[in-house]
Amino acid sequence: MTTFGLARSGPPRRRIVGTPAAWLVWGAVIFFLLNVLGVVGSVVVNSFGTHWFGGWLPDGVTGRWYAEAWQDFGLLELIIVTVEVCAAVVALSLVIGVPAAYVLARRDFPGKKLVYLAFLLPILMPPITYGIPLATVLYKFGFAGNLSGVILANLVPAVPFVILTMTPFIEQIDPAIERAARMCGAGLREVFLRILTPLLIPGILAAGILVLVRTVGMFELTFLTAGPDSQTLIVALFYSMSAAGIRAQQSVDAMAVIYTGMMLVLLVIALRFVNPTQLVARVKEEPE
Amino acid sequence: MTTVSPPAPTGTGSPPGPDPGLRHRLAERGIDRQLLLLVPAIVFIVGLFVYPFLYGLGLSFQPREGGGPFADYERFFTDPYQRDTIWKTLVLAVPAALLNVLASVPIAYRMRGRFRGKRLLTILLVVPITLGTVLTAEGLLNYLGPAGWFNRLLQSAGLVDEPIQLIGNYWGVFFSLVITGFPFAFLLILSYLSGIDPSLERAAATLGARWWDRFRHITLPLLAPGLATTFCLTFVLAFSVFPSAILVGNPAGETRVISIAAYQAAYEQYDYPFASTIAMIMAAVELAVIALVLLWRSRLYKGSTGGKG
Repeated sequence: MTTFGLARSGPPRRRIVGTPAAWLVWGAVIFFLLNVLGVVGSVVVNSFGTHWFGGWLPDGVTGRWYAEAWQDFGLLELIIVTVEVCAAVVALSLVIGVPAAYVLARRDFPGKKLVYLAFLLPILMPPITYGIPLATVLYKFGFAGNLSGVILANLVPAVPFVILTMTPFIEQIDPAIERAARMCGAGLREVFLRILTPLLIPGILAAGILVLVRTVGMFELTFLTAGPDSQTLIVALFYSMSAAGIRAQQSVDAMAVIYTGMMLVLLVIALRFVNPTQLVARVKEEPE
Repeated sequence: MTTVSPPAPTGTGSPPGPDPGLRHRLAERGIDRQLLLLVPAIVFIVGLFVYPFLYGLGLSFQPREGGGPFADYERFFTDPYQRDTIWKTLVLAVPAALLNVLASVPIAYRMRGRFRGKRLLTILLVVPITLGTVLTAEGLLNYLGPAGWFNRLLQSAGLVDEPIQLIGNYWGVFFSLVITGFPFAFLLILSYLSGIDPSLERAAATLGARWWDRFRHITLPLLAPGLATTFCLTFVLAFSVFPSAILVGNPAGETRVISIAAYQAAYEQYDYPFASTIAMIMAAVELAVIALVLLWRSRLYKGSTGGKG
């Protein structure tokens, strides 16, 4: 290994002074990121400002919009609902999705393609298209308008997402391990609970956290199925924004900042377990 | 799939079932008890996705105002106010998705190696995805508004005299689609590009291929299936534009996209059959675009790109 150190030292470092194309590419990325910063930053700045009519920055700094948002919107309740919905969706989608992902990754059986298509479709379709019929059905059976309806609706894209995320993790496990466990007399349940689950913990964490992030941000399905008591933070944010003029813009922005903060905390946690680029393909960084 | 009856335990363990012959034959075809693990997921997807979808499809053929099973479809396509939503959505979604995918390719191509700060860059790019469309819309209202930072910057730089109108019209929605869609497309394409074995390109380089030839004849053909997939996923995101079309667009005019039409039918007129009709049309249009892309993709190289583990 050490004798080949030179040959394996990876690609050579790029020069700092690059070609015009490099400048163009970096310029585009920096321009994009500056705009994103502007979008997020203007919300944050506005939420702390007293008045902001023209000028680069608001006239003064105040925290009262947060107090106002906290009371007016019943933020505590919204956050509790959001946490409840997300916890239920994550837990249920993992329980349903992981075993299914295992079977789909390992086995071949008649009708597999059809089953796979059924799991792909909810990801390939806009949430509104299946959300409206789903909401109609949920109303018919009395689920919509309360917490269970919101959870059920959010599960629809979450379970396929778990299956897709888990598949590469399951393919990584050597089937010989399961066969060995079988040889030693473990049943299906034991293989699953005592062999596969511990090995799959990284994948389960990754899938769970990604579903969590998506559920907190999932607007359409929650919007279509939520009643007054079962709104999540993002739906309440939408309502207060679309009913402009009723509340001070800064108060809405304060709520948006709280939502952003929640999302960023989740994101920091998520990125400890997931490399965003590794979700689609296994990245080959070191030649074996 | 579930035709296997659970074997009665006979005391010695699981293998001998009641009818070893049948079980054996089924197992040879790949059907055994392990497939039971799939049952909850199938029950779930049938109950919450397939059934509601079919229910909606059925509902769309039972118009509230009577007049034949296709009356609601007729109503949609004869009313220009409704019919044009398809066009409005496509005009927003297709350019946005194309821009996101095409802009991602050169950037990802340059960044596929390892360099300092790559992780930080990826983290920065994930932020807009996680923020979601509602927050992006709120930010755009502040940032691109007439008194916002963007217009202020343009004015102080002397590029424009009057603030340009960027929200409340097509462009506001378009920008919101780019801000949430570009990072998504970029990350997908970056991972596809990283999945292509770099030694293929090095081999081409040793044979004397220039940068452009290597990209055109080695990387691009291997990347094309990934491009198709990325386009599909980005297009779905853009096609389902809903909150930003209401908040930063002009929901009564040029950005009255098809999802707004469906929502209004369901929650403002309480006409569920008509809402289902619009949802079905929306699904059909979207799936048609995706089918076209996938059809094109099926003609491309489908093997491993050499880099996947």
